[in-house]
Amino acid sequence: MSPWIPRDLRGKVAIVGVGTAGCGEAPGYSDIELLALAAKAAVTDAGLKMSDIDGLCTANLNAAMWPLNVVEYLKLRPKFTEGTNIGGSSFVAHLLPSMLALEAGICDAVLVCYGSAQRSASFSRKDVQRARGLLDPSPFEAPYAPFNPPSSYALIAARHMHQYGTTRRHLAEVAVAARRWAQLNPEAFAREPLTIDEVLAARMISDPFSKYDCCLVTDGAAAFVMVRADRARDLPAKPVYVLSNATAVWHRNVSSMDDLTVTPSRESGERAFAMAGMAVKDIDVVQTYDAFSINTLLALEDLGFCKKGEGGAFVEDGGIAPGGHLAVNTNGGGLSCVHPNMYGAFATIEAVRQLRGDCGERQVKNARTALVNGNGGVCAASQSTAILGSAEVL
Amino acid sequence: METKAGAAAVYQAALNEGRFIIQRCNDCDQHIFFPRELCPHCSGTSLIWEAAKGSGSVYSTTTVRRKPDAGGDYNVSLIELAEGVRMMSTLRGIPPDDVRIGMPVKAKVVDHGGSGLVVFERAGDSQ
Repeated sequence: MSPWIPRDLRGKVAIVGVGTAGCGEAPGYSDIELLALAAKAAVTDAGLKMSDIDGLCTANLNAAMWPLNVVEYLKLRPKFTEGTNIGGSSFVAHLLPSMLALEAGICDAVLVCYGSAQRSASFSRKDVQRARGLLDPSPFEAPYAPFNPPSSYALIAARHMHQYGTTRRHLAEVAVAARRWAQLNPEAFAREPLTIDEVLAARMISDPFSKYDCCLVTDGAAAFVMVRADRARDLPAKPVYVLSNATAVWHRNVSSMDDLTVTPSRESGERAFAMAGMAVKDIDVVQTYDAFSINTLLALEDLGFCKKGEGGAFVEDGGIAPGGHLAVNTNGGGLSCVHPNMYGAFATIEAVRQLRGDCGERQVKNARTALVNGNGGVCAASQSTAILGSAEVL
Repeated sequence: METKAGAAAVYQAALNEGRFIIQRCNDCDQHIFFPRELCPHCSGTSLIWEAAKGSGSVYSTTTVRRKPDAGGDYNVSLIELAEGVRMMSTLRGIPPDDVRIGMPVKAKVVDHGGSGLVVFERAGDSQ
């Protein structure tokens, strides 16, 4: 039986406000404080007041009932609350439930928000690992001490290299392309020049990854506001329509993956393209969650931008860098722009900014469609794909 | 096995006695790993414990880099067992950088802080 594709929802909801706060380093701030600043920026950008928000989507890596924290801090009274946490893809996966709630009339304005002071936090990575080990144990992997998330993605990358001849140089192309985009983005955290040879020669973390194959650890917050399309036309910002969203969740641990080289994007991408009535050739710009360099290759393959195993060739010679054949991660991505624990909301916001034409030096000319691909968990456990578009493609 | 403990506890108790056991589903006849109460293939509940053959091969591998004073680099691998299931483990008795995908391996139960743990060694007949 083929899955139900909610085609009727295509373009019925628009993102009408976006905001970020504390991206990079924000010493002295907490997760909720950064989130509140981003939320205020997004609501203001939408031309709304916080009291207009009656729907909330949020998640946090450390707090189990995070929507409660956010409702209390912002003094919201949401009629729709969505706190599903499937990792960094959550804030992309929050789109479809929000569309359903808005279209059903359960609420009128949904705020999706996230904040993390991961870089400046007073507790160490070891403290977090110890607490997680107690509260959410992984008994069949933890005794072997994988350095997660890098080690799980490293196992995936090693297998991809073995099966398809992908090289460390291919992975380095992804890191260098991200850096070149970041150099065009004033908000990006890592903007110093970076070469392929520097990526290859850098300190190794978990083979085949050097430190430049791994995402940044930064602070940062991101928020966006959604309303029904009819209302969006009366608000100040250029509406960015949600043409589709689909989510796939396949496993938790890397040892449970059926095929290390195939990720849930294959499923979420197929459904997202079907809902939007589009194909890869219709996409002008791609924002895909690059927790590690291998993620970008896997996403390009599993979403259909190239064949399985050909991701390395696709990114060669600056293929996804500025001036390449496909614009990917134009803010610099998790590798060079911002990565505070979970990145999905930041990828979504960069897609919106591209479709609004707000991206200055890094603007993709005449961008009318953007694909957002979120990734969650320590091993491509969950992925959520969304296609956004300007009014011209409705 | 008649027991009131959950599958994870039964598995660990056997390891603590030096025995590596895995489950086979009596309904669909497939082996499963990690240990569960339900077969992930057919949702059957008649899961039977069997001694693992202990042979397998490296499916993927990484060297985790660690400072020498913290213990130095170490191996983390995914092992495909002869029974057709995969598990995380580590290779012992071989420098971590020498571990290769496809390398035949043999299981061994070792003491890990007072608990039994399955690790692997390179099997004799490789290339």
